[in-house]
Amino acid sequence: MEKCRYSSIQTLGTLDGPGVRFVLFLQGCPLHCGYCHNPETADINGGNEITLDEVMDQVIRCKSYFGKKGGITVSGGEPLLQARFVTRLFQRCHEEGINTCLDTSGCMYNADVERLLAVTDLCLLDIKMTNDEDYKNHIGCPIAAPLKFLEMLKAHGVDTWLRQVIVKGINDSEQSVGKFGRLANAYDNVKLAELLPFRKLCSSKYEELGKPFPFAQYPETDSELIKNLSRFIDKNVQP
Amino acid sequence: MENFVSLSERFKDYWEGFKPGKWQEGINTRDFIITNFTPYDGEPDFLCGPTDRTKALNEKLGELFRKERENGGVLDINTEVVSSLCTYPAAYLDKENELIVGYQTDKPLCRGVNPFGGIRMARSACEAYGYKLSDKVEEHFEYRTTHNDGVFRVYTDEMKLARHVGIITGLPDAYGRGRIIGDYRRVALYGVDYLIEQKTLDKKKVGEGTMDVDSIRLSEELYQQINFLNKMKQMAQMYGYDISMPARNTREAIQWTYFAYLASIKEQNGAAMSLGRTSTFFDIYVCRDMERGLITEEQAQELTDDFVMKLRSARHLRTPEYNELFGGDPMWITESVGGITTNGVPLVTKGSYRMLNTLYNLGSSPEPNLTVLWSERLPEPFKKFCAKLSIDTDSIQYENDDLMRMEYGDDYAIACCVSAMKVGKQMQFFGARFNLPKLLLLAINGGYDNVTGMKLGPQMEPVKGDKLDYFEIRVRLDIYREWLCKLYVNAMNVIHYMHDKYAYEKTQMALHDTDVDRMMAFGIAGLSVMADSLSAIKFANVRPIRDENGYIVDFETTGDFPKFGNDDNRVDKIAQSIIQRVSAELCKNPTYRNARHTLSALTITSNVVYGKKTGSTPDGRKKGEPFAPGANPMHNRETKGAIASLNSVAKLQYDYCKDGISNTFSIVPDALGKTDEQRTENLVAILSGYFSNYAHHLNVNVLNKETLMAAYENPDAYPNLTIRVSGYAVNFHKLSKEQQREVISRTFHTAM
Repeated sequence: MEKCRYSSIQTLGTLDGPGVRFVLFLQGCPLHCGYCHNPETADINGGNEITLDEVMDQVIRCKSYFGKKGGITVSGGEPLLQARFVTRLFQRCHEEGINTCLDTSGCMYNADVERLLAVTDLCLLDIKMTNDEDYKNHIGCPIAAPLKFLEMLKAHGVDTWLRQVIVKGINDSEQSVGKFGRLANAYDNVKLAELLPFRKLCSSKYEELGKPFPFAQYPETDSELIKNLSRFIDKNVQP
Repeated sequence: MENFVSLSERFKDYWEGFKPGKWQEGINTRDFIITNFTPYDGEPDFLCGPTDRTKALNEKLGELFRKERENGGVLDINTEVVSSLCTYPAAYLDKENELIVGYQTDKPLCRGVNPFGGIRMARSACEAYGYKLSDKVEEHFEYRTTHNDGVFRVYTDEMKLARHVGIITGLPDAYGRGRIIGDYRRVALYGVDYLIEQKTLDKKKVGEGTMDVDSIRLSEELYQQINFLNKMKQMAQMYGYDISMPARNTREAIQWTYFAYLASIKEQNGAAMSLGRTSTFFDIYVCRDMERGLITEEQAQELTDDFVMKLRSARHLRTPEYNELFGGDPMWITESVGGITTNGVPLVTKGSYRMLNTLYNLGSSPEPNLTVLWSERLPEPFKKFCAKLSIDTDSIQYENDDLMRMEYGDDYAIACCVSAMKVGKQMQFFGARFNLPKLLLLAINGGYDNVTGMKLGPQMEPVKGDKLDYFEIRVRLDIYREWLCKLYVNAMNVIHYMHDKYAYEKTQMALHDTDVDRMMAFGIAGLSVMADSLSAIKFANVRPIRDENGYIVDFETTGDFPKFGNDDNRVDKIAQSIIQRVSAELCKNPTYRNARHTLSALTITSNVVYGKKTGSTPDGRKKGEPFAPGANPMHNRETKGAIASLNSVAKLQYDYCKDGISNTFSIVPDALGKTDEQRTENLVAILSGYFSNYAHHLNVNVLNKETLMAAYENPDAYPNLTIRVSGYAVNFHKLSKEQQREVISRTFHTAM
């Protein structure tokens, strides 16, 4: 039986892809982003198991709410760690006429991931920082990984939304945001480049886990700043 | 008649320009609408904002609302006269500037006394606000039997006990039952004289048959109906209008209709005094006047705004105990908008938009209780307009036309919150609700109520052992359900017999067909607590905790169990079966006037009081804690997000619950999308999904919990904050602190 390890299900997601979406949060992530807001999903052995059929049953129960734009989003954790399962899930969704969206850091690429891209309608790709040093310090992988992933998305013709969480004092300079915007411009398959505010609502989760919140010392980013910085991006309007 | 003149001939001057049809052969408002309405599937950009006149009048009214608020919720009470159609002189807010006229008493917002339901209720309501019922009224009612007197002459000891321990609460045995919608439009379309003629003929026909109990009662009712139609004419005369003939133009159509409604709320103080389905009806007059060059869009909106201002001024005098059950001083002036015809044509007109637009022009408000009859086939721009209105005002509710149309056709309306009925053809005997979790506890304790310490129902030993057994509990429930349903139907029969006898709604019933179809509406409270409790007993380990006398007073539940609100069939099917079994059991008991049994899962705000009167339950809810409202899942037990929660409620079958299944849905704006456009689109998608799953009703609130918390702390800063609670909307500040806390504790669906 095909199974995955997952953390939770949100049957009404409106922030991870277009329209109303069923969001499956998978368990396990190889990165350790300083601002991670789902720290409970990090441990690959955590969460619970669920079968493909069980997930599909639930997705189908939500299908009538998807409207013209909605569908399924698989997030995490890092869904690429369970790429085979996600591929099967997306195949099944396509059989049901359901739009598929992958929310990933793009931190890895292999043959399983390649097969996954073939059944992905939309990719939400985090470009978490705009230089290699910040990637190494705050994220835990080289910037080359997501950049390569972006190349592969282009090669497979997958529509992509780039996303970046803005943290004051790290990546909130006009220069950094400009670089992010230019990256989006360089790829025809990128339809949107979106800035998200750093929020600390997750700090209670860290307390529960008994883990330190790495970015505890940074302030929350206000929406005004996000609005101002978005002016340096051309592709800043959701299609 | 000797010289037969056809109606179309007789009313030629009034009906010119309308398409002819069956509506000209006898009373048939539906046919008039279907034959004459102009569907509108365009954008809302034709709408007009408020005129300076409207704004000034609305400010004046707002000033009175402020004074009422400062005065503790009641501006003034006229204790000298008994409320009726002609007992007060004409009253105005600003005579020169009012387009639609008429107030309930001698002053705007001043409340009248209506002791026909019960003199004690009227007396204590006056006293609660520092007034004293006049000696004149007291003396008059010393020699009069009220509805309340009649009921208590017949109530059995067991009925009184069931009421006292609170297993059945809120029965209309001391106040007007309401939930009757007169077809107020008939006055505009036909004029009062024709209605009187028809009723006179009906009365004559009754006299030609056998005079038995039924026909004698009906004949007396018809006498009263005719009498009050005459009074309605007199009442209008006091304002300088002759409503004996049909309305000639838009302004008269609205005014005539309003007079009919006004007469009803002067005569009756029913719990819910709903308006019906008027906006598309009015639009037919607007279209005719526009064609004749008599009216502009701005003027059409102005008339609608003025009408709605009058509706917002309607008031009844209530006691504090009543307000606990029906919090927020509601009138349930429910106006149903939208829906489609039985042929599939949307009944959306520009008039539908104008009615909803009053929320923008006059500001958000709980009254009238604007209810969108949702169909998949409504025009897309209209769906979006409604969704945006929900997001902006939290003031409207949605009910599934695709479900109700099958049962009630295309000229039904909603009474109160969720009760559908064919306008002018059906009425209901309202019956509040019984407390499901308390029934469960009574069954577990063998007929002992662990809150009051009183015994009622079949007597047996409390359940034995250290673990509640699911099958044993189901068997016991069967016994107690059978007992309670019989008692409940019998009590309702007493109540409605007496209401017909001593507080008959002659004005409203004069605006119904004489041969009216009756429903008897029963209700349940605490559905999700009951379902979760049975699920806990079935799937987890529930250990009863006993007091020194061996009665079970609490539970220790260990292990996990499926909870209603997660789209989990294991418990959702339990919830379904609760409704099915109650419905089937009620139907076994004959009703007064052969009314058809219907059932609702609706609580108004009584979920707080019901919870207060109920001991701890096996689902982990502690003694005294509120239930979830209506058919809602218990707050914060939904772990999979909003759609799973909606799906659980959608599974409850309307077939067994034809008086409505109320669901109140609160979501924070950010969880609905990032931009206004996205939020609107997503809400349309959610509503479409929910109703395509055969769900019945949805209240939509789009707001942050923090806003409510701020309003809780500082009510004066949020005088107009409106929220949907359970089938209706309230000004948040009008709820009791306890009710406010319960609303704040509800699930607010958020982004993860």
